[in-house]
Amino acid sequence: MKISRTVTITIDGKEYIAKEGQKLLWTALENGVYIPHLCGIEEEEKPAAGCRLCFVEIDGFLNPVTACTQKVKEGMVVRTRSKRVDKLVGTAFELLMSNHRLGCARCGANGRCELQKIAKERGLKLKTSRLRSLVPEVPVDESPDKFTYDQTRCVLCGRCVWVDHHKAKIGAIGLVRRGMSRKMATFGETAMADSSCTQCGMCVEACPVGALTFKEK
Amino acid sequence: MELLEGELEQIQTEVGFILRKYEPGREQLLPILQEVQGKIGYLPKEAMKMVAEAINIPEVDVYSVGTFYNQFRLNPPGKNQIKVCMGTACHLTGGHIIMDSFERRLEIDEGETTGDREFSLERVACVGCCALAPVVLVNEEVEARVRPTRVDGILLGLGKAMPVTSKHQKEEGDTIE
Ligand code: SF4
Ligand code: SF4
Ligand code: FES
Ligand code: FES
Repeated sequence: MKISRTVTITIDGKEYIAKEGQKLLWTALENGVYIPHLCGIEEEEKPAAGCRLCFVEIDGFLNPVTACTQKVKEGMVVRTRSKRVDKLVGTAFELLMSNHRLGCARCGANGRCELQKIAKERGLKLKTSRLRSLVPEVPVDESPDKFTYDQTRCVLCGRCVWVDHHKAKIGAIGLVRRGMSRKMATFGETAMADSSCTQCGMCVEACPVGALTFKEK
Repeated sequence: MELLEGELEQIQTEVGFILRKYEPGREQLLPILQEVQGKIGYLPKEAMKMVAEAINIPEVDVYSVGTFYNQFRLNPPGKNQIKVCMGTACHLTGGHIIMDSFERRLEIDEGETTGDREFSLERVACVGCCALAPVVLVNEEVEARVRPTRVDGILLGLGKAMPVTSKHQKEEGDTIE
């Protein structure tokens, strides 16, 4: 990247110095302003923006926009909360809840889970109220030596796939199928140990929830 | 799905032939997959692996695309093709119950083919005769207002051998649910 210049932006009434060209989500997080996010990857030039949780209001935009896709610009004025933002985030979160095996006490990510963090920061409930819970019955894949994969806790953020492709550079896992059948899986949906996975564990570190977790020693 | 005798060789030849026509590159993926399916009738795993290697992308990326689009099938078309309509009208009149009945009878899931390749089962969107809902296309012939009880009849008509105890089992299954 070229030598970075800085810009001044305003978030929730406070001014911050930001690296020009950085995506707003990361500027906010670096400065201690929390914006919910699951799928965002800082190094990715064109984020998938699929989790729909990082909505903010920016002056000059008619509707809320995703912070992970917006580059900071000189004089940008951002509000992280508004009625519309809260409604969008609340609905997206509840949809995730309706397709997620709850039960934090029995989850490997308890205490470091991004869903717990979002719920706490935004006063959202870790349960479904309006929506029916549609969690498939899928056994946990315990085939790797060091970690396990529990599909029922996956939020389809795609972070593991990105890391596997771009950091581990293996290409063992991907997001496959579509709609309610969409899932993170290997070629042919085999157990992970039966795929080209080298079990490096980089994807496990990238998982924001309890879907990929290290086995306890 | 188990490959038939000689099928692997056939796949390798056909796919190899197709791949020679394309330059390597990710953007060739869809046209290649379309051509493979056009030639072989479905996307066998072997073929997807060959495609991945030829255009130099991970196998799972080919699988991801092949399982995303409705136009691709991962299993060979059966000798008899059952297509259950899941359009709005058919869904509302119980299309999914008809699908369940076929799945139970054929012992395969939607999108699959029986081991003997006699039957394949898939869902289609509205086939244009909603007044006859729920509709099933049996080898492209319309079966109108299908009831679960009609499912056995359709399969018998296509020569499927039914277990003798089938009626009994079905009643049992029904009460459990
Ligand atoms: S552990 Fe396996 S799937 Fe995960 S990043 Fe490493 S090679 Fe890829
Ligand atoms: S396994 Fe984890 S990192 Fe991968 S898509 Fe699911 S939630 Fe995201
Ligand atoms: S982090 Fe922006 S949409 Fe997921
Ligand atoms: S919805 Fe089935 S024919 Fe129209």
